[in-house]
Amino acid sequence: MIRVLFTVFAKEVLDNFRDRRTLASALLMGPLFGPILFAFVINLSIERSLSDVEKTLDVPVIGAEHAPNLVRYLESNNLKIVAGPESREAAIDAVKTGLHDIVVLIPETFGEQLAESMPAKVELISDRANTTADRDSRRVRRALYAYNQELAAIRLSARGISPLVLRPLNIDDIDVSTPSGRSGILLGMMSYFFIFAMLMGGMYLAIDTTAGERERGSLEPLLALPVTRDKLILGKIIATCLFMALSLILSLTSFYFALNFMPLEQLGMTPNFGPEVVVAAFFLLAPFILLGAAVMTLVASFTKSYKEAQTWLSVVLLAPTLPILVVSLLTLRPRLEFMFIPSLSQHLLLIDMVKNEPINVTHVLISVTSTLLFGGLLTWLCARLYRREGLLG
Amino acid sequence: MLPEQFCHAVFSRLFGADAVIKVDGIHKSFGRVHAVRGISFDAPDGKITGLLGPNGAGKSTTLRILYTVLKPDEGRASIDGNDVVESSLAARRCTGALPHGAGLYPHLTARENIAYYATLCGIERKDIDRRVDSIIDLLEIRDFAERRTKGFSQGQRTKVALARSLVHDPQNVILDEPTNGLDVMATRSLRELILKLRDAGRCILFSSHVMQEVAALCDDIVIIADGQVAIDDSADGIRKQTKCEDLEDAFVAAIQMVTPQ
Repeated sequence: MIRVLFTVFAKEVLDNFRDRRTLASALLMGPLFGPILFAFVINLSIERSLSDVEKTLDVPVIGAEHAPNLVRYLESNNLKIVAGPESREAAIDAVKTGLHDIVVLIPETFGEQLAESMPAKVELISDRANTTADRDSRRVRRALYAYNQELAAIRLSARGISPLVLRPLNIDDIDVSTPSGRSGILLGMMSYFFIFAMLMGGMYLAIDTTAGERERGSLEPLLALPVTRDKLILGKIIATCLFMALSLILSLTSFYFALNFMPLEQLGMTPNFGPEVVVAAFFLLAPFILLGAAVMTLVASFTKSYKEAQTWLSVVLLAPTLPILVVSLLTLRPRLEFMFIPSLSQHLLLIDMVKNEPINVTHVLISVTSTLLFGGLLTWLCARLYRREGLLG
Repeated sequence: MLPEQFCHAVFSRLFGADAVIKVDGIHKSFGRVHAVRGISFDAPDGKITGLLGPNGAGKSTTLRILYTVLKPDEGRASIDGNDVVESSLAARRCTGALPHGAGLYPHLTARENIAYYATLCGIERKDIDRRVDSIIDLLEIRDFAERRTKGFSQGQRTKVALARSLVHDPQNVILDEPTNGLDVMATRSLRELILKLRDAGRCILFSSHVMQEVAALCDDIVIIADGQVAIDDSADGIRKQTKCEDLEDAFVAAIQMVTPQ
């Protein structure tokens, strides 16, 4: 029994290792491409959000000469005043075409109205539908509101009234999230990266041992050998598991290194992803390997050709996201029931781990047992279906 | 000679049960298509039995039932006394099957392909090299035995596939259209090999749709048409029964005996 299993396993492993191109896509694409892309995107967004506050922003102003104090105030807020378009119409056109993100228009009457303590009109021309420009125009808007507040306070003081009258509420925003906690939001998607990489690592083997073997014509002579089919399919599934495990290890390691290159501390995040967490994450995710291998083998054994199997398995690749997506959208907290759902339980537990929150041992046990049970059940189903005549197509 | 084979030989002598592949009234349908409708024949040891018939006659289905990848809906079939349904594992153990269009593993060498089957068949690890070497010599494939099978010619592929299915030294050999797609030289060397196997006392059952090939090689010919046996006889017997001197005419006449006009 063991010998046949091992023979099938060893042959599939050797075969897959020799297929360089497939191996590259299985063991490089999934585990390395994901984290690299992830690191790249995060770096980009961090750089943008960090540099924006520091960078001096050019603000085109029409009629700057009518409000020298306002101009001075804006300039002290790291905004550089530049000459705006000729007229209001030209300004609207310039914003519409994207030449300027925002144009401030100060009418001639500004100084007069201000002197009379009347609301002095200032026009802000911007395109709110343009999301990339929105951040810059928000800075200008915020500066103008601040100036507005300051003037109001001065006016009240001049009339002997405390400016605090304008602040009936003192709103204090207290953020209880820890730096690790904040990383959880950002790194929540990484659990799917691991599951994806895992499935990618075994996908080609799952296809090759079923649809591929049939398409090649090597299945029929194999089934004519004096070996029970259960052993054949089991050996193949175990080989698929090996590659999935390899892929998981690679993606965990590559993520570990990728995180070192992300300036997450600057965003106030310190994900708890040290070597011991990497090892723990492996054992947390490992039960999913059997389930994934069995699902992929099952689906691939129903398809008629290699190509058809690839199409169907790309759907399988997306399936584990579904429970994760639902729970993320509804922002549900980890609950006992969720631990019975494979992929979701791993996702939730991994997030807790990365957030450095206490791990519920019962939850871990349920997650591991239920995922392994599902995996075992599907493996049994694979073996059952491998016995049917329709297998030969 | 393995003890199993020795016992079998003794048993055959004593009881005169020399037919080792027995097919008895098998039926098989795929959906609405009734592919095999009650085929019966025997294939004895030391003889080459040819299944001859037009495309779609039910030859492959019959052979597939014999090497146990399909189950008959009705009827029985046995190999060396092992029922192909009830003791399919034992039936497979004494059979080497070369299915139609059998494929190899392109990333493995010819030797690895053969050794894989040898290990799966339960040959002892220490005997595998020797066994694989002897089959490589038997099929004269040493020239390309260490090369990966990707890019092999059809003739090379067929030989390796045959070596693979003969590696456990089966008493019975089932070949489904083995000469399909082979050139003259490859066909000729395959024919010589089949004769060699027969002279070693094996039971050989092979299918073809080429009358000349079957006539040149087979001791017994089973002509199948429309899922039924039209004639089961030697080449001369078929000529006599159909009253046709020319074998091709005899073939056509035999098919017309069962096919409604």
